[in-house]
Amino acid sequence: MGCGMPSTHKCERSNDKVEARNGTLLEVHDLRTYFETEDGVVKAVDGINFQLKRGETLGIVGESGSGKSVTNLSLIRLIPDPPGKIVSGEVLFAGQDLLLLSAEEIRKVRGRRIAMIFQDPMTSLNPFMKISRQLMEMTQLHLGHTKQQAYEHAIKMLETVGIPEPRRRAGDYPDEFSGGMRQRVMIAMALSCRPELLIADEPTTALDVTIQAQILELIKKLKHETGTSVILITHDLGVVAGMTDHLIVMYAGKVFEQAPTRELFAKPGNPYTKGLLRSVPDPTDEHGQLYQIPGLPPDVAHLPSGCPFAPRCDYEQEICHSEFPPFVQLNSEHYSLCHFAQEVYFESASAATGVKES
Amino acid sequence: MSASQGEFPQSDGMHPPLETGAKVPLMAIRDLKVHFRSRDSSWSQVLGAGPQSGEVKAVDGVTIDIYEGETLGLVGESGCGKTTLGRAILRLTEPTSGSVLYRGTDLAHLSGRALREQRRHLQVIFQDPYASLNPRMTVGQIVGEPLYTFGLARGKVAEQRVQELLETVGLSRRFIKRYPHEFSGGQRQRIGLARALAVEPEFLVADEPISALDVSIQAQIMNLLQRLQAEKNLTYLFISHDLRAIRHISDRVAVMYLGKLVEIAEARRIYEEPLMPYTKALISAVPVPDPEIEATRERIVLTGDVPSPINPPTGCRFHTRCPYSIEACKEVVPPLVEIKTNHFAACIRISPEEPDIERVAPGDAPGLRSVERMTAR
Repeated sequence: MGCGMPSTHKCERSNDKVEARNGTLLEVHDLRTYFETEDGVVKAVDGINFQLKRGETLGIVGESGSGKSVTNLSLIRLIPDPPGKIVSGEVLFAGQDLLLLSAEEIRKVRGRRIAMIFQDPMTSLNPFMKISRQLMEMTQLHLGHTKQQAYEHAIKMLETVGIPEPRRRAGDYPDEFSGGMRQRVMIAMALSCRPELLIADEPTTALDVTIQAQILELIKKLKHETGTSVILITHDLGVVAGMTDHLIVMYAGKVFEQAPTRELFAKPGNPYTKGLLRSVPDPTDEHGQLYQIPGLPPDVAHLPSGCPFAPRCDYEQEICHSEFPPFVQLNSEHYSLCHFAQEVYFESASAATGVKES
Repeated sequence: MSASQGEFPQSDGMHPPLETGAKVPLMAIRDLKVHFRSRDSSWSQVLGAGPQSGEVKAVDGVTIDIYEGETLGLVGESGCGKTTLGRAILRLTEPTSGSVLYRGTDLAHLSGRALREQRRHLQVIFQDPYASLNPRMTVGQIVGEPLYTFGLARGKVAEQRVQELLETVGLSRRFIKRYPHEFSGGQRQRIGLARALAVEPEFLVADEPISALDVSIQAQIMNLLQRLQAEKNLTYLFISHDLRAIRHISDRVAVMYLGKLVEIAEARRIYEEPLMPYTKALISAVPVPDPEIEATRERIVLTGDVPSPINPPTGCRFHTRCPYSIEACKEVVPPLVEIKTNHFAACIRISPEEPDIERVAPGDAPGLRSVERMTAR
């Protein structure tokens, strides 16, 4: 899998491997995942770059079809092929390119060093297997535990994630648990091999608010205790606000904005991010008209030329329809994909200070 | 609701219609109950358990008024009975007992033709815009069907009307010959709304209308609902688990827990000074899209899950998870009491004289204090 990038990038990359030891756990370079469909090639993920430090939480925000889930399935090579294909890129995980591993090798990484939890725990748990066996399978397979060791470990994990009476509940089947409890079981499974990276894809979307609060607290607590890095994929800006260190905003398969979480919320440098932030009702605000981003998310199979967000954008000018926007650096770790990134950023920055003064 | 200011003084957003004595409600729901027999009830009878044991009390004695032109938000977690309540009001689910007075007519006891007659004024839109539109019908047929059913228009007139309806909800007239699968979630929700509006209803139940939609589309649908309300003087029952959306769109909010209403107040007051401990926890659990606030505030994390409605806890149904519960809470079913003017809450530990549970039970649940801090910012 060639990455098709200029050779200068190759040179930089050898330095990255050194960095991996110093704290960078994951580095994604120019990742592209395309799907062959009847409609033509869908560029679900189209040239994204990001990195994640050890112990940090990265949030990936986007609407349906933005490519946020495909990104993460690509990282662990779970893209169904055909129709999907990772056509280029590098996924350096602790210095090792996951895209170059054999099927056998990647299986050893999945579940062991990179674990996942998904939106609907019921579809990820085997309904015909006791919870204990599903948990034991993980450590027997990956850590070579004996049956007895694996059982004790499973009980310990259930206790860690706050399942009351773990010894009794271990013998239950998934349908005997509530939604929140199932998600706890999923987390127990995901963390049972002490992975270095946990990918949580909309982990609380199917849950009630009070249960969501429990699960988020749990992920936070476990992350703190184990030092696991987390990638949190969600559409809920409220969830990422409290959970993440860095944020990536995706739209139409591209990274539209990337920044430390606080910076991104305080000073968005992209019209799409800005629109998203404004279209969430503020609980402290009087209910007037809500800001709305006009139009619909794009059809990824038929993207317009130029900027894919241009048809819905407040800042749109002629250039947006003819030229693809540059990825502009706004601050040390803040990037925005927009022809007018500087203007948008400046506007947000002055608005932010204005609010503080008043 | 800025759009309706001036035109409809009864719902100008700042002063929702709360003067209970002065106004006749559009909908008066009285002690409404919906009990389902759960599947194993025959077995429990065989095994000698009481006849009540297999009953799910989805809605258990709800009394509330809904005023003309207002949006009443109904919020609660899954299984609390909010959807069943919405359906029972429209008789899409048969109520077990109680009454639903719509302009003085009791919908719960109407039959056949008389009920159909009234249904014209009462419409519903659903959560899943993919499941609520017949995939084999064109948009024109879907939106036009109610016109034929109620004999309101036919032929060219009906087609004309369908086109107008599509434009009203922000869709192109050209879509009339297309099928639902050609549309996105947000567009389908608009089609569902056009269908509901075809019969010019007065009252609309919106059951989680935005939950399945993307964030940017949610704002569009909420704005559309508000605009239509202002233009057509519609009355909404807006059901959602999304507290941010409820806060934004509602004039008043009713909070439901395990089949019962536990708090009713003006939307702003429910958020700024929730009285009932469950409401306090619920509001504190909502993640705020602001990292600064999220970093400092303490969230009340309730322990445990919502208990099963098959065998709800005795007394106050929230007592099993409530940080303030005392012995009496296990026995006394708390009535909805007007603790402050037009602010009702069901909790035996608070009263009009002492509405603040914090002062009633200092130190019982220190986490709860942060709610005030968060909402008072």
